[in-house]
Amino acid sequence: MIDRVIDSRGLDSFDLRFMGLIAVILSVGVLSIYSVTHSQDAAFPFYLKQLMWILLGTVAFLVMYLSDYHKIARLAYPTYAVILIMLAVVLVMGKSSRGAQRWIPIGPFAFQPSEFAKLVLVLVLANYYSRVSRAGWLHRVVLPGLIVLPGLLLILKQPDLGSGLSFLAVYAAMLLMVGVRSKTLGVILLLSVMLFPFVWEMVWASLHDYQRERVMAFVDPDYDPGGKGYHALQSRIAIGSGELSGKGLYGGTQSQLKFLPEGHTDFVFAVYAEEWGFVGVLVLLALFIALIWVSLEIAARAKDTLGALLAAGIVAMLCFCVVVNIGMTAGMFPIVGIPLPLVSYGGSGTIMTMASLGLLLNVKRRRLTLFY
Amino acid sequence: MASIGFNDSDLLDLQRRLVILRVGLLLVVALLALRLWHLQIREGPYYRDLSENNRTRSVVLEPARGLIFDRNGILLANNVPSFALYVTLEDVKDRPALVTQLASLLNLEPELIQKKLSTGKGGKLQPRKVKDRLTLREATLIESHRLDLPGVMIQVESQRNYPGGPVAAHLLGYVGEVSADQLEKADFADLHQGSVVGQYGVEKWFDRQVRGRAGQKSVEVDALGHEKRAVVSDKPVAGDDLYLTIDARLQKTAEDLLGEESGAIVALDPTNGDILAMASRPGFDPNLLSKELTNKQWAEIVQNERRPLNNRATQGQYPPGSTFKVVMAAAALESNTVTPSTMVRCNGGYQFGNRLFHDWKQGGHGSVDMNQALIHSCDVYFYTVGQRMGIDTIAEYAKQFGLGQETGVELPSERVGIVPSTAWKQKARNQPWYPGETISAAIGQGYVTVTPLQMASVIGTVANDGLSIKPRLVQAVMNRATGERAEFPPTVRGKVAVKPATIALIKAALADVVTKGTATRAKSSLVTIGGKTGTAQTAALRTGPEKDIPKKLRDHAWFVAFAPVEAPRIAVAVLAEHMGHGGSAAAPLAKDVIEAYVKAYPEVLKGVSAGGRTKSADARPKT
Repeated sequence: MIDRVIDSRGLDSFDLRFMGLIAVILSVGVLSIYSVTHSQDAAFPFYLKQLMWILLGTVAFLVMYLSDYHKIARLAYPTYAVILIMLAVVLVMGKSSRGAQRWIPIGPFAFQPSEFAKLVLVLVLANYYSRVSRAGWLHRVVLPGLIVLPGLLLILKQPDLGSGLSFLAVYAAMLLMVGVRSKTLGVILLLSVMLFPFVWEMVWASLHDYQRERVMAFVDPDYDPGGKGYHALQSRIAIGSGELSGKGLYGGTQSQLKFLPEGHTDFVFAVYAEEWGFVGVLVLLALFIALIWVSLEIAARAKDTLGALLAAGIVAMLCFCVVVNIGMTAGMFPIVGIPLPLVSYGGSGTIMTMASLGLLLNVKRRRLTLFY
Repeated sequence: MASIGFNDSDLLDLQRRLVILRVGLLLVVALLALRLWHLQIREGPYYRDLSENNRTRSVVLEPARGLIFDRNGILLANNVPSFALYVTLEDVKDRPALVTQLASLLNLEPELIQKKLSTGKGGKLQPRKVKDRLTLREATLIESHRLDLPGVMIQVESQRNYPGGPVAAHLLGYVGEVSADQLEKADFADLHQGSVVGQYGVEKWFDRQVRGRAGQKSVEVDALGHEKRAVVSDKPVAGDDLYLTIDARLQKTAEDLLGEESGAIVALDPTNGDILAMASRPGFDPNLLSKELTNKQWAEIVQNERRPLNNRATQGQYPPGSTFKVVMAAAALESNTVTPSTMVRCNGGYQFGNRLFHDWKQGGHGSVDMNQALIHSCDVYFYTVGQRMGIDTIAEYAKQFGLGQETGVELPSERVGIVPSTAWKQKARNQPWYPGETISAAIGQGYVTVTPLQMASVIGTVANDGLSIKPRLVQAVMNRATGERAEFPPTVRGKVAVKPATIALIKAALADVVTKGTATRAKSSLVTIGGKTGTAQTAALRTGPEKDIPKKLRDHAWFVAFAPVEAPRIAVAVLAEHMGHGGSAAAPLAKDVIEAYVKAYPEVLKGVSAGGRTKSADARPKT
């Protein structure tokens, strides 16, 4: 089979650029994590743990890179089933933190199925759309929607608003890619507008108190600095006080003195922005744009629908996480708990992101092999 | 496989749609960049301020108050380290819970803590002092609960300490936290809630000098308000040291002489106004008053019937009794009402209208001149000359001697007493002066009131041959940093318009008072003493012997004295409340004070013959 043909040219300059970008962004993450947590007394500090996750992530990257993505896609449904079971398990016996149950404890670590669910959803939808006839809105919208629904509901039940939104984002991006006709799009929009109040009622009622408070705090973060808007305000102070050139490594008083909570995870961008200023922020944004640009290049040059859809789905997921994370730390969106890909501390997130990027590069490799 | 069975146009269509993603991405990232530019560049300085506020707390470093010494360098007030507890509201997460916690840890009333937290200038970032003088046990208890008490800070500060305890309490005064009312005033503008200021005595009068200047420490704190490191230090400047004119040993002697009785003793050097001792009893321990008192403790002190906080030397106003005859003598001679040889017949009473004014001695003194009248304190003589002079002449001379006005001593709330006159009565009572009232005034009764300090000043002026020097408590102020010592020169208040011959006559008579008159119990073998007794009536109607009268209705005993007679270096006024006759109750105390003084300062006897002995100064050790 053509699938078996191995790219004889090995790594080219494109791959090196792609991996170089990943390595640089990962380094930014490790450095920022080290800066926030170096003063903590721990036998196994966070930055070392993150390096370990990166190592495991590299293994995941290589596995996804070297396997045939068609084969991986074939495993999509069973994997999705497993993930759904895991999400159910999390609800029953998961480890809770701050009012949410998201983790399954494995030894000293915690495994977060919702992170992996995103990638699996990309695989499932790419697989679906590459096989199923694209005619008819039932097959285009409703059926895949039914596939998305169980996972989405289980994630929202945790509740994990961030992962839930990522889920919807992947679905929406896929719909866009497979080409929803303007009429269908119009119907969806109309339905959305009509249903919004009811859905909002349902969503609002299902939200936990801390989530409602976050939404309220987003509206006016200054009204109670010690309470509800605390995260948002401290994060904005951290970013803003970085000014043009930042306070320097370890100089971020907001994060060093723990005014900024979750400095090594969801709010790592604020730590970075405080220490490196607007200049550093532009550099990091440029790195992300470059990585996404290169990824889109892969999608654009994919030689089959599956590859193109996989690449597009992964890029959409990546874009969504980067934008929402930075937007929420900068006070543009409510705080929904989405980590910054490749930068935030976290085992599940890092491994999943690197696996996704491995799969992405795999699509590019297959493109080359198809010529032979 | 499906993967290669796709339609090329479908794939191309799909890939064309990627453009939407690209454009969308660029748009969104541009928006992000715009937002970050807004935060970091446009509002950057604002957020930098916020982050500075977040991390830095400016902590006031209380200055050490200046030390207070007596004239010989004996320490009267110093500072000892102690723990103070501050709360920064900004760092307090749950205020009611903190109040409850602190109340139980420090055994304080929650309302008091609440009050401390809600008063004071500055915002939530300004630490508020909740309690000082924490015991070591309390301080360690708080420190061990540090993690549960965000915003709570223990500072080591210097606390006022009076090594002598109650000695000279009324002079030194005490310190206390600046009150909310005081903070409103310009004098206290540079202070803040929790600042310690003098509330009484020289501590209050010289507060500006003694206070010092507070410093500031910028402390970097973490999110729980715990100190990480001190960033900047503006060192506090210690207050200036005060050198008082008093002699601590003489002060102690004077206080011990009064003992448990109420009264006052003032001793001063008539040549320069230096107050050598100023005792007032009952007293208090300024160490206790400088602490935070509960309302109950404070009420106990204020409502004490014997009024221990009252400085009787400057605030007690008493009829001078016969000590006023010193002033009367000068007035009578200078106004040419009498000559030294004018004789007045004393039959034991003076008839005025239908009223008979008694002499203190039943049967009278017979025919007396000025000298005799002073020696035996003949009332009828002074009734007569007083009546001849009229109240306004008496008032004129009394004022020359400094009565009815502040002595200007450096103590707050000095009282002035009353020198009655026709104008005074019209103004104060809206009544005309009745001639009969002059007769009472002539022997220092009736409306006339004075303070013991004023009387010491009067007798000092006589001793100093009519040159009146302002009494003073502080000799010098020393700047601790530069070591510069600013001396306060004696201030001459004026010379009374009394001829030297008159002064000489009075002084001689007063010397005779001690050797053969009413104050023989003041006679000393060490030094010649001149003086005048006084017995101030407290109730108009009294019958029967002294010991049958309830104590609080008994007369006040007065004695004013100076020594050595030949070249006076000490003037003393003794007032013993409800102790009866001046000659028996007050004169011995004055003698003891004078003797203690000449023993401590034998040089004042130099060139002076004492107690009938020959010149002995050369035999004494020189100092």
